[in-house]
Amino acid sequence: MALSGVEIFKHLPKTNCKKCGYPTCLAFAMKLAALQESTDKCPDLSEEAKKFLGAAAEPPIKGITLGPKGVKVGEETVLFRHEKKFVNPCPIALNIKDTEGADAITKHIADVNSSEIDRVGQMLRVDLICVTDESGDAARFAAVVKQVADGAPNAGLILNSSRPASIEAAIGHCADKKPLVYGANAENLDAMVKIAKEKKVALGIFAKGLDALSDLSEKVKGMGVTDIVLDSGARTAKEMVEEYTMIRRAALKKSFKPLGFPVISFVGRDDSTFEAVVASIGIMKYASIIVVNSIEKWKTLALLTLRQNIYTDPQVPMQVEQKIYKIGDANENSPLLVTTNFSLTYFIVRGEIENSKVPCWLAIMNVEGLSVLTAWAAGKFVAGSIANFIKDSEAPKLVAKKELILPGYVSVLSGSLEDKLGDGWKVVVGPREANQLPAFLKGRA
Amino acid sequence: MPFVMPKDTYAGKVNTLTFGSEDKAVTIGGENGLPFLSFESIIPNRPLIALEIQDVAPSDWPDTVRTVYDGVSDSPAKWARFCQDSLGAKIVALRLTGTHPDRENRSAEDAVKTVTEVLSAIDVPLMILGSGHTEKDAQVLKAAAEAAKGRECILGKAQEENYKTIVTAAIANNHKLIAMSQLDVNLAKQLNILITQMGFNKDNIIMDPMSSALGYGIEYTYSVMERIRQAALVQNDPMMQTPLLCDIGPNVWKTKESAAPESELPEWGSLEERGIVWESVTASTMIMAGCNLLVMRHPKAIEAVNKLVSELI
Repeated sequence: MALSGVEIFKHLPKTNCKKCGYPTCLAFAMKLAALQESTDKCPDLSEEAKKFLGAAAEPPIKGITLGPKGVKVGEETVLFRHEKKFVNPCPIALNIKDTEGADAITKHIADVNSSEIDRVGQMLRVDLICVTDESGDAARFAAVVKQVADGAPNAGLILNSSRPASIEAAIGHCADKKPLVYGANAENLDAMVKIAKEKKVALGIFAKGLDALSDLSEKVKGMGVTDIVLDSGARTAKEMVEEYTMIRRAALKKSFKPLGFPVISFVGRDDSTFEAVVASIGIMKYASIIVVNSIEKWKTLALLTLRQNIYTDPQVPMQVEQKIYKIGDANENSPLLVTTNFSLTYFIVRGEIENSKVPCWLAIMNVEGLSVLTAWAAGKFVAGSIANFIKDSEAPKLVAKKELILPGYVSVLSGSLEDKLGDGWKVVVGPREANQLPAFLKGRA
Repeated sequence: MPFVMPKDTYAGKVNTLTFGSEDKAVTIGGENGLPFLSFESIIPNRPLIALEIQDVAPSDWPDTVRTVYDGVSDSPAKWARFCQDSLGAKIVALRLTGTHPDRENRSAEDAVKTVTEVLSAIDVPLMILGSGHTEKDAQVLKAAAEAAKGRECILGKAQEENYKTIVTAAIANNHKLIAMSQLDVNLAKQLNILITQMGFNKDNIIMDPMSSALGYGIEYTYSVMERIRQAALVQNDPMMQTPLLCDIGPNVWKTKESAAPESELPEWGSLEERGIVWESVTASTMIMAGCNLLVMRHPKAIEAVNKLVSELI
């Protein structure tokens, strides 16, 4: 929990010695509270104060980086996305059992390697592979880890075994790729902590229930492991929602350090559609890593899309790319419409054009994601800028008739826009609301 | 440092709403906490799903969901009975799509005939939805409300432009009402206030915050719903305590993801499963944001969501 300047001030020497560069200890405390200064600047700080202030300055949920590509998890700051952006999108991990045949494993690797999709300009993919020790055979587990590490060089690895010997055997194949060792439990604690410390890797810890998990977490931290990932044993959707909510609340609202770590969620189900639905709960409700049993393309598309939606910054409007979108079989005789690149505007206008069944060209202009009226009021969606956008775009080549349909809300621009476009362009005022577009377009067809 | 359960307490409670008649009546709402947190709240009623049918054949639905209803969708009564008897629907939602002036432009009398036929075919509760054309919906829903008197249906959607006529019809014929506003917490509250000012009991309102599909602005709906729920429960705002409806079928099944063939987009995988997962995940997202009643189309998506709800409760 962030401390106020006054709370920090109580722990400073109160000598106003100015060695930190500020005139008073209080001024320095204010800078510390604003996270604009570091406690190192004060040479006279007591050890006790350093420890206290250091702990307070840590993020309430620890950030951990996994995999060769550096996928970050944790560091979340809120419970609800309307308060502030959810920070680090939870990676999806494909679970591979070491008892599966070589061909099956090769296919899994290929599926992960080809999982990338482009969603509104972001490249999204399955980032992690979880190799599960089902065999109990350390050599076999190690061989599969090696096959996966070599075959999917960009994916991060989760080594899923409670047998220290299996982890020992496998970790040499991937220690430099920031794997997650999962993991430690009450029985194997000493051996697993030793590996995590020696190899400097993150350690997943498992204990059923939040009391036991908190104890285990404190123990592991006390033994010197700082990168911890939590598993409370939540497997049903109900346990996931309740336990992950409590973990995040405890970390954020109660500054409860033992649970201030990312959470790993195993949602594996036999029915793939149902697994997707359960995974969606993890995406919304605070899982930091989600392990699934299968990654059919349709399923990955749905889960990565939801993750993108949930982790969108609520304070920055979502935008779509500026370009002329072809809707239906538009040709040189199809109408040309213009609107702004606020994603909701685009989705709604596009949907209504599709409903009309009239093929169209939809010119989407970049106004930093504002809606039509807001962009107009902000001076971004005005005659001059619209005219430049249209003239510089491929629109003049796409349509035979130089006619542009303008949103009804900015009908006031039609005259000046026609002047600025020049070259024989005509501006037609369209409807104010998107839901009037089908009637409008059909009426013109 | 021992773990202490970080429980929240809530000042408010979501209204309980019962609709339908006799032993087939169903109840939604009544929870006194944020979704599915049973360690600190009571969830007396699970979210329910209504199956959507239409007054005209669903020619504009993608094949993967349209063909499920081949052989019954030519008759609304047959379609409704199929949903109730073969698919086990607890609620049927009849959308009067064909009354839209840009569609078949069917009359209010046509709608009355359809509603009467459907009501005599089923005994589970019925939701009667207009086509979304505010002016036409006022005429159509007024007539439909009279035809459905005595069955305690859910009637909708009343919007800012047409709520007066629809509210009057709902009062006169003892129906529940959907109040729909455009994805905004304050507009939603405003419409509830306007409707109650006409003498309509707030306990009979169900609020539609305007749904969207996965990938098409669902995060806006999600956050608006979360904020409505917090206003209802934390701030105890009585005008925000109405149950929430998410009518997701039309949004989901017009996305490219639910309709584009795999041959065109191999990187998106199997079309059939893609459409089902699109509707399922849209529904699970709405449920986690506090939805009490969903209107859906694909039986397999409904099955997955019902299974999820059973696991959540």
